[in-house]
Amino acid sequence: MAATEELHGAGTHRQAKAAPGSRRWGEIIIEGVIQIAGISAIVIIALIFLFLLREGLPMFLDIPLRQLFSTQWYPIEDKFGLAPLLYGSLLVTVGAVVIALPLGLITAIYLGELAPPWQREVLKPIIEVLAGIPSIVLGFLGWVALAPLVQALGAPTGLTAFTGSLILAYMSLPTIISIAEDALYAVPKEYRDGALAIGATQWQTIWRVVLPAARSGLLIAVMLGIGRAIGETMAVMLVTGNAANIPPFGPGIFFQPVRTMTATIAAEMGEVAQGTLHYNVLFGIGIVLFVITFAINSLANRLVGLSGGRRTRGGQL
Amino acid sequence: MSRQQTHRLAVAVFTVVAAIVVVPIIVVILYVVWLGLPAMSWAFLTQPPSNGMTEGGIMPALVGTIVLTIGTALVCMPLAIATAIYLAEYAQDNRLTRLIRLAIVNLAGIPSIVYGLFGLGAFVLFMGLGTSIAAGSLTLGIMTMPVIISTAEEAILSVPQQFRTVSLSLGATRWQTIRHQVLPHALPGMLTGMILGLGRAAGETAPILFTVAAFYLPQLPKSIFDQTMALPYHLYVIATQVPGMPLRQQYGTALVLLLIVMTMTLVASLVRSIMRRRREW
Repeated sequence: MAATEELHGAGTHRQAKAAPGSRRWGEIIIEGVIQIAGISAIVIIALIFLFLLREGLPMFLDIPLRQLFSTQWYPIEDKFGLAPLLYGSLLVTVGAVVIALPLGLITAIYLGELAPPWQREVLKPIIEVLAGIPSIVLGFLGWVALAPLVQALGAPTGLTAFTGSLILAYMSLPTIISIAEDALYAVPKEYRDGALAIGATQWQTIWRVVLPAARSGLLIAVMLGIGRAIGETMAVMLVTGNAANIPPFGPGIFFQPVRTMTATIAAEMGEVAQGTLHYNVLFGIGIVLFVITFAINSLANRLVGLSGGRRTRGGQL
Repeated sequence: MSRQQTHRLAVAVFTVVAAIVVVPIIVVILYVVWLGLPAMSWAFLTQPPSNGMTEGGIMPALVGTIVLTIGTALVCMPLAIATAIYLAEYAQDNRLTRLIRLAIVNLAGIPSIVYGLFGLGAFVLFMGLGTSIAAGSLTLGIMTMPVIISTAEEAILSVPQQFRTVSLSLGATRWQTIRHQVLPHALPGMLTGMILGLGRAAGETAPILFTVAAFYLPQLPKSIFDQTMALPYHLYVIATQVPGMPLRQQYGTALVLLLIVMTMTLVASLVRSIMRRRREW
């Protein structure tokens, strides 16, 4: 171990009096390393942002804002309008939330409040398995199996925003369900007992007592589900058709091909030369994604603090 | 409608919705197994792709994914476990700790494609590693850190406080207590988290797109500074980039990837339930 690490550790060691010499130094070093590791997460996230800025900043400096917000994404002609990509990401994410929200919350309530224990034992591992299916496998299935089905429903093509939303909804379900279940679980048992004791049915208890008490946790579940959906790449790239245009507003809006920010980075980064404006713009889109997910997660983290210090992650253990 | 009827109706509706969530998961898995099984053979697993990838097997991609998963473990485990020990045993409830937790939550929320961009900017270009196993493992390792930190911390915190009190009262130092009392008891939980985290990493495509994955590379990598094929990217390539690719091969590749990831998930929950039964407190 390096001498500098010993120096870092020296100030933090408190109970070394009884230990013999060599062991004491060993401990000082180990504890020093642990203290340094403690702040590694902060260092890493700062580095990620810095490296994105390093490569992506030219997008914000060299391209006029008016062009960035224009609707034309033609990188070959140096036209970098982000509007269609933002729109694509938004459309697919909104669709996913509309599908996943009722499914996720209702399933969480069912698992947490209504299902008999044996069903819980069977259903929870299945949902855990869903969390483990690689996004490329779901994307592949969406591409070969789901898209033809969507087309059979009457859409001009099977590769649409709706196809993406459907797959994204299922991908964010495990997150939503597990966090929502934690939120329901955290509602004190006395609330339920109290409601049942004064003659409410179980349904009334859930609807009027448990859900309102758990609402901040449920909100967190939804937010993290959105965060997961907006950042998904491979599945979305395979099934949304990747057309960088803004579909006309109307009843068929979800049944048009769109192109998301994530898919744009994944599809185009392989073909651009390093140092070109196009390359910088793809990193710039990365910055936009970073900022959006950072905002969502920080806000969710704040809500966790407000709702009594529960933790959002690690629901599996 | 009476209150009891409302209750019964609600239960019925909720049961149906839960089925809408769960049944497609089962269908998806059975579907991949059903259509992927015909492609399974010893040759499929041990041969490189041939004839423009439309024939042969997936051996280089399979080996690449295993190598990358090991690399990911080597990168993230020491740092993640040290961080978890710090948070569970050393951190005070102060501003710094809250900042660390905020950073971890946000690391967990960063899209995988953004990790890919970071890996390209930091490891491939800035550190000059090139598109290589080293760059890919570093990228995947950093991406996997938050999951492993959270589960490891939870495992450490679940060790009863009395274990620490007794050990300290017998004159053991803080580190001796952690090393000999806390960590052995937290190990199963930590192991579960690690296997789950690595399973996710093994199936990721976006972070390896620009950092390591090779389109087609029949021979195996010779050092960590070589490119390699990887199963998730290989599946993407044969599904979208290779004209005339037989569907059988595609489903076969998807099945192998699914099996790897699901086996790891299964092993993780087995470890968890076995250790839970053995737990002495």
